[in-house]
Amino acid sequence: MTSTQRARLSDHVATGILTAIVAAILVALVAIILYILISGAGKAFDISFLTGRPQQFKEGGGIGPELFNSFYLLVLTLLISLPISLGGAIFLTQYAPPGPVTSIAKTAIETLSSLPSIVVGLFGMLTFVLSMGWGFSIISGALALTMFNVPILVRVIQQALEAVPRDQRDAALALGLSRWEATVHILVPRAMPAIITGVILSAGRVFGEAAALIYTAGQSAPVLDFTNFDLTSASCPWNVFRPAETLAVHIWKINSEGVVPDLAAVSTGTAAVLMICVLAFNIIARLLGRAMERKVTAE
Amino acid sequence: MTLDSREVTPEAPAAAMGATTAEPLLWTKDVTVDYSGKRALKGTSLSFEAGTVTALIGPSGCGKSTYLRSINLMNREIEGCVIGGEVHYHGIEVNNAETDTYALRKQIGMVFQQPNPFRKSIYENVAFAPRCHGMTRRSELDELVRKSLSAAAIWDEVKDKLGKSALALSGGQQQRLCIARTLAMEPDVVLMDEPCSALDPIATFAIEETIRDMAERGICVVIVTHNMEQAGRVADRTAFFLLGDMIECGPTAELFERPKDKRLEDYLTGRFG
Amino acid sequence: MPAMSKRGIERRGRLITGSCIALVVLLVVTLIFMVFSRGLDTFFKDGISPWSFLFGTTWNPHQTGDDGAALVGALPMIAGSFAVTLLSCLISLPFSLGSSIFVVEIAPGFGSRVFRPMIELLTGIPSVVFGVVGLTVVVPWIRSWAGGTGYGVLAGSIVLAFMILPTVTSLATDAIAAVPDAYRDGSYGLGCTRWQTIVHVVLPSALPGILTAVIMGMTRAFGEALAVQMVVGNAVQMPRGLFTPAATLTSVLTMGMGNEAMGTMYNDVLWSLALVLLFMSLVFILIVHLIGKKGAARHD
Repeated sequence: MTSTQRARLSDHVATGILTAIVAAILVALVAIILYILISGAGKAFDISFLTGRPQQFKEGGGIGPELFNSFYLLVLTLLISLPISLGGAIFLTQYAPPGPVTSIAKTAIETLSSLPSIVVGLFGMLTFVLSMGWGFSIISGALALTMFNVPILVRVIQQALEAVPRDQRDAALALGLSRWEATVHILVPRAMPAIITGVILSAGRVFGEAAALIYTAGQSAPVLDFTNFDLTSASCPWNVFRPAETLAVHIWKINSEGVVPDLAAVSTGTAAVLMICVLAFNIIARLLGRAMERKVTAE
Repeated sequence: MTLDSREVTPEAPAAAMGATTAEPLLWTKDVTVDYSGKRALKGTSLSFEAGTVTALIGPSGCGKSTYLRSINLMNREIEGCVIGGEVHYHGIEVNNAETDTYALRKQIGMVFQQPNPFRKSIYENVAFAPRCHGMTRRSELDELVRKSLSAAAIWDEVKDKLGKSALALSGGQQQRLCIARTLAMEPDVVLMDEPCSALDPIATFAIEETIRDMAERGICVVIVTHNMEQAGRVADRTAFFLLGDMIECGPTAELFERPKDKRLEDYLTGRFG
Repeated sequence: MPAMSKRGIERRGRLITGSCIALVVLLVVTLIFMVFSRGLDTFFKDGISPWSFLFGTTWNPHQTGDDGAALVGALPMIAGSFAVTLLSCLISLPFSLGSSIFVVEIAPGFGSRVFRPMIELLTGIPSVVFGVVGLTVVVPWIRSWAGGTGYGVLAGSIVLAFMILPTVTSLATDAIAAVPDAYRDGSYGLGCTRWQTIVHVVLPSALPGILTAVIMGMTRAFGEALAVQMVVGNAVQMPRGLFTPAATLTSVLTMGMGNEAMGTMYNDVLWSLALVLLFMSLVFILIVHLIGKKGAARHD
């Protein structure tokens, strides 16, 4: 065999191995998703499971409050983190002066994005739960999740703004407009499809986060009474100072306590619900982003 | 065309008082540009009169666009870019920290190489900036939009679809819309950075007509072009740039027929560029 | 007339957006400061020697050893954390590197249309879901052929390998895609095969980026808490093998922090574990920075 032939043979072999690796990853991914969905399907499509109260020592507990808490916490987190991230991204793309201030800001955001979420959760416990005296509460959880979410969002929005062709900003500035007006009226609307896609994808990650929440939003889910609008009452769903266990925390808690008799069913059922929500976020993000992009370009 | 009367800028009184008796509307003295410490434009001094068209020619990378973007201080928007020297506009030196660049750019319009309409309706493309500058009455805006689009010779083509997206227009129409957008600010100087390089000959012809038209109405036009025929067709005066240096400037016909500098002669006869 | 001059608008915009950034910086600085100050209490307030904390092998904070000092050796957790981190990187690296080579060099269209969205989906799967899969699939599977409980370093590493796969893959893909085509053309022009080009030209130029990808994967693995805690077995002992229960910094923190009152020695020691965790994250970030700087210098 000549060296050329050997080279070509190893080229073919390598291509074959690489293809097999990719196939293995895709198969594993699909297998994980299907496994969760199928083993939890029985519970996930059972209305009494989706709306019922969790049980600690009996069979047949539901995840009603957890489901509500997860969404409520997500909405609050986005309400807090979105304006901060938008402002931060606009500062970094439009105003940041070259020099130490900007590099400190960038390093801080990068650091925040690489911190373990359990550390963020512990900081949240120290600051919001204890120092501020808010206890294990939705607001403490939302603030901890905000710290977890802001670096992700800043990066997404920054990339979206930077992807807008430079000539758009130049055109606005050459008309005597301020950077602020150029950003608010021209760049942000233009970057909106990418921003929306990124925000929803990040929402999926916030939705599944648990480590930052076990010591901030707490591990208990008070029974919620949707007719109660007394914002100081623990059973009022909208009260931000009540503890709120989310779906992800629930999965972790029942598994680590291990006392629920139908643990496996509740655990996989909850995981399936969580997985369906995350998949939905993913699909919605892509469809919405694509639809908006089409709408803006087709006009 | 007069200065915008709605917002009196620091430059306006000087013009009104006739400080320009001998002074040209716009002139620069030893303008230099450095990109992160590297000199891109050597000291350039030129002057521009109202109602004239000046072409800046030269091979690519010669500094002509860099010079153009210094006149309205757009180079300041590029990180690490420093403009040196003096830019005098209406008798006032504007290349300093005190200048209200927003008022300056409102009066000195700019048209770019690639048509860059906003992703908005045709109407909004023109009305957006005046509204940001404080014009809010619908009737006023309607009139301004009509006037500006007419001045850019595109009104007849778009008057029935003002609400449609500007991106649906052809390249030439988009560029004329960008000119209309600039004219809506009622500038007395319009800077054009190779405005026809992305267009076909017919669209180019239409833009050139508009350029002459603007000059006849008293606007001072400065146009960067790599096309010498275009300079010959539209420009009263032409300046030749090479390697970041302004080599020669004079009336266009004279410059083309009797170049004084050997390098310009070589460029004109096609030895390089 | 506008209510505000353009300069005023600009100043206001700069102020509003600048304060958002300032808030984030303030939070990060506060976080680092607070974890440091709580974590150092163990040594300054409780008088435990850093040496016996970092290198002690017995973890039993409620009891004291023969010398009268509390048994707060954190080495089992530190070793556990490093074990699962390194092993998970080892498991996932061939897969992530292989697939990023595949999607850049062999099938770019497939990469952007199918593979990248799938990898992003994998990023989105919550860590507790990985934990559940680990509990119900990986642990029983290991038990079936290795005996024992199935919980341990290997189970934790396999679960982590899946979790860091998207991080490493997407960063490695970016690094390989950033290699200029001119390099490849040069190699093909000399008659090299695709595989020779990849091994001798593409991978060496992408090496700093690939290293960054691996470190970022390690950062994520080192800090991941719940999925690991669910499958690692949570026995605070020096990891003796892949199949015996072990513990990591994160798993002990997750389980312990809720049980101990603030200010007790046990609680202080837990904060010291958090400090080690934070410190390692900062070290990883520093390494990424250094690689980035070196890479940038090389390209100049």
